[in-house]
Amino acid sequence: MEALLLSIKLAICVSAILLLCGVPLAYWLANSQWRGKFLLESIVALPLVLPPTVLGFYVLVAMGPRGPLGRLWQAAFGHGLAFTFGGLVIASVIYSLPFAVQPLIAAFEGVDRKLLDASAVLGAGRLRTFWRVILPLSVPGVVTAVVLSFAHTMGEFGVVLMVGGNLRGVTRTVSIDIYDHVQSLEYTEANRLALALLGFSFAVLSIVYGINRQVGRQIGRRMWIPWTAK
Amino acid sequence: MDPVDGQVNGAALTARVRKERSRADTSPFVLDVSLEISPGITILFGPSGVGKSTLLDCLAGLLRPDAGRIAIGEEVLFDSGSRANLPPQNRRIAYVFQSLALFPHMSVEENVSYGLADLHEQERLARGGEILAAFRVENLKTRKPGEISGGEKQRVALARSLVCLPRLLLLDEPLTGLDAELKAAIVDDLRAWNAAQRIPILYVTHSRDEVDALGERVIAMDHGRVVSAGTPQEVLDAPRRKRLAQTAGFENLLGGTVMDVREADGVMRVRLEASACEIEVPLGYAAAGNRVQVAIRAGDILLAIELPRGLSARNVLAGRIVSLEQRGNMVVAQVDCGVVFTVHVTPGAARALALVLEQKVWLVLKTHSCHLVDD
Repeated sequence: MEALLLSIKLAICVSAILLLCGVPLAYWLANSQWRGKFLLESIVALPLVLPPTVLGFYVLVAMGPRGPLGRLWQAAFGHGLAFTFGGLVIASVIYSLPFAVQPLIAAFEGVDRKLLDASAVLGAGRLRTFWRVILPLSVPGVVTAVVLSFAHTMGEFGVVLMVGGNLRGVTRTVSIDIYDHVQSLEYTEANRLALALLGFSFAVLSIVYGINRQVGRQIGRRMWIPWTAK
Repeated sequence: MDPVDGQVNGAALTARVRKERSRADTSPFVLDVSLEISPGITILFGPSGVGKSTLLDCLAGLLRPDAGRIAIGEEVLFDSGSRANLPPQNRRIAYVFQSLALFPHMSVEENVSYGLADLHEQERLARGGEILAAFRVENLKTRKPGEISGGEKQRVALARSLVCLPRLLLLDEPLTGLDAELKAAIVDDLRAWNAAQRIPILYVTHSRDEVDALGERVIAMDHGRVVSAGTPQEVLDAPRRKRLAQTAGFENLLGGTVMDVREADGVMRVRLEASACEIEVPLGYAAAGNRVQVAIRAGDILLAIELPRGLSARNVLAGRIVSLEQRGNMVVAQVDCGVVFTVHVTPGAARALALVLEQKVWLVLKTHSCHLVDD
């Protein structure tokens, strides 16, 4: 159970950070006319195509005592970053970035341009338009972003293994714990955890789809969920 | 602005706007207009895709003109010369889109008070309530836009844009899809509101009925340019431009001079070039002495072998057949009445009348078959 709680804690931290960074990043990507924008889009989408080991490897190197991130962390907090919970959070944020940013971009871009024009002629600046019009109409997208970040972090394996090591109570998340149990032929224990994870994931998704239905009915929009074929 | 009896006369809009547009769905065109709109309703009339909405977007600041100057009274909103360009949120111009663009997640009341962000809660509600009452939708306050009818939405959209006391109101076909009665009721409320405010209102439409119903002043646009301006009758009856007449297949295109204008009868007399022939045409925007072109379809002309009597048609011209030939299912006759008219008759009619060359005939032209064309 310790591992499951650790996974949930990690997922909450990662979702919160991704929400805070993802919203401005997605807003910029949705509205910028900058010619080099596609480069940034590619970087954001990179974790979708890279094997977790590749991503994990570079994050690990960056976090190591001689890596830039590691040295910065050492100077600030007096200890290294690799194989700590903090390191795990940073790695997971990078790994789940596209899952937060892409639904947000889709949601922001989906807001009727005429509503933004209407807001402007009614005297609202960009910030007010964002808070009062764009964000409320993008609630389904925001929910999707948070849920996907959460679920993706819950289920991640490779990056955690590369960056976190396997320290009990610090970086041993539930997916790694299950792997360990299977390796030691403790099938009962593995089954218990796997079942808990399965039930938890199902419950989360059911809640999200339920909200999507409710909100969608109110504002006439549904959220963007990658695995719902249209 | 000078207050008279609590009334404030708003300032006029003066605008010179040039904007090149290239869109995927239409051929690229250049909007190039210059207009002055005084307080009251002015109709901007023209078919779809001639640049009416582009002009409105430029006025509101949603599009940046390539060149020009936009000012309301003394205040300059845009000037390509001095590089002045006020953003839309600072222009105090109200704009009701064709789609209305009500915020779907807000109640009617929240929609209407959206533009009053600077005011205190209490005053905001009071002002919102007032304008909702003026447009007869105060009973809908708590509803969402998705829960009210089309006509109600249009009233709410008007109320929302006017609650900020704008200096100019732009309406982009805001009342499409409403029946005439409902439309008239909404326009009455708009007029009542503007009786106190006296701001310029620019009302875009492509419907002639709306021009007739609303118009005090009309500006007609075509291909990015203003083609005429004046009262509805002047504008609607006039601009059959030459380009239009020829492509629409008028076989007779005759130059002439306006002799006199009879407003009361709704007609003008035009003397056709190089002849003593005078015909009556519908009232256009030309004045006496102006040169005009008159376009008449060959199939719209009646041909008689005796002087016809007791007709409602005002134009009966005596002439002589100078050529006669059958082309497919129709006989084309050239009749010289001082000027030569081309007339189409059916082979059966030609046989029944026993038409021959040099025969004396009379041509009958209905006034409204004579289309006035810009010279």
